[in-house]
Amino acid sequence: MNLRLKAIALLVLITLAGSFSPVRSAEPLLQFANAEQADLYQLLTEEFRCLKCQNQNLADSNASLAQDLRDEIYQAVLKGQSRDEIANYLVARYGDFVLYRPPVKKATYLLWFGPFLLLLFAIGAAWLFIAKKPISPTTVHSEALEDARRRLND
Amino acid sequence: MWKYAPLILFFGLLGFLARGLDLDPSELPSPLIDKPAPQFTLPTLHSDATLSSDAFAGDVWLLNVWASWCRACITEHPELEKLNAIEGLTMVGLNYKDIREDGKAWLDRFGDPFDEVLFDQQGGTGIDYGVYGVPETFIMDKQGNIRYKHIGPISPDDLKDTVVPLIEMLKAEQV
Repeated sequence: MNLRLKAIALLVLITLAGSFSPVRSAEPLLQFANAEQADLYQLLTEEFRCLKCQNQNLADSNASLAQDLRDEIYQAVLKGQSRDEIANYLVARYGDFVLYRPPVKKATYLLWFGPFLLLLFAIGAAWLFIAKKPISPTTVHSEALEDARRRLND
Repeated sequence: MWKYAPLILFFGLLGFLARGLDLDPSELPSPLIDKPAPQFTLPTLHSDATLSSDAFAGDVWLLNVWASWCRACITEHPELEKLNAIEGLTMVGLNYKDIREDGKAWLDRFGDPFDEVLFDQQGGTGIDYGVYGVPETFIMDKQGNIRYKHIGPISPDDLKDTVVPLIEMLKAEQV
């Protein structure tokens, strides 16, 4: 194995180790009635944004608000509330911003479809640009040949 | 015409970016505006007697979320004193996730601009109001709907340009 391969293998290992790490947040172990509840809790705390530290989700954040909201979600999960019920509870208080995946509605059309619009625009522009300048390899080639011949003859 | 397209695009982009500079991403629109203020029953800061939000029914009232650990609350405090001088506005303080003695000491030190101070030790009422940064201020109309939410400290300009005119408007509203 050469050095570059070894380095790549090491990088891959480090990345994998990070993603499989069992310690996801500094929290005491929570007790759930069943595995579905534990999964739901995990899913929800990863799906919601911490409003205090906006680029972290609730699971990752150590802000005291995030801790409180994790507690709320934990209690709701224990009571057997569904994912939608808990999401509605949080959205009613904090707005769509609490969701990392905002709903598709009028106010978010630009957010959801804007990138595709830009892509269409870019494809259109690229097409116009290419279509305008037909490149014929034979003409270029023959011109170059003519030029070369002239230089040789001079 | 087409040769100007990149230029127009450039200025369009520039406009978007300039607008982005002007926006404060920590100020989020509240979904509670024009909705009934969440109900609560909480102990008051000065005694163990509880007070419920029903006590303010029919009033134009203001709920200021503050804490003794909150630096920006000190900045905001003179503006609350000014609001306290307005007739016909009920000032309610929500001492949020604080220690009772610290909260009382804070009011003793800086002055108490509130008609009532409630003690939300666990922050449960804070969650119902969607509080995520302290201080936050909510203004309720006579029908008990939240009409305005201010995130962060109220500045003298906010007070003059937004808060006071709104309170005057709400006071003039007929139920």
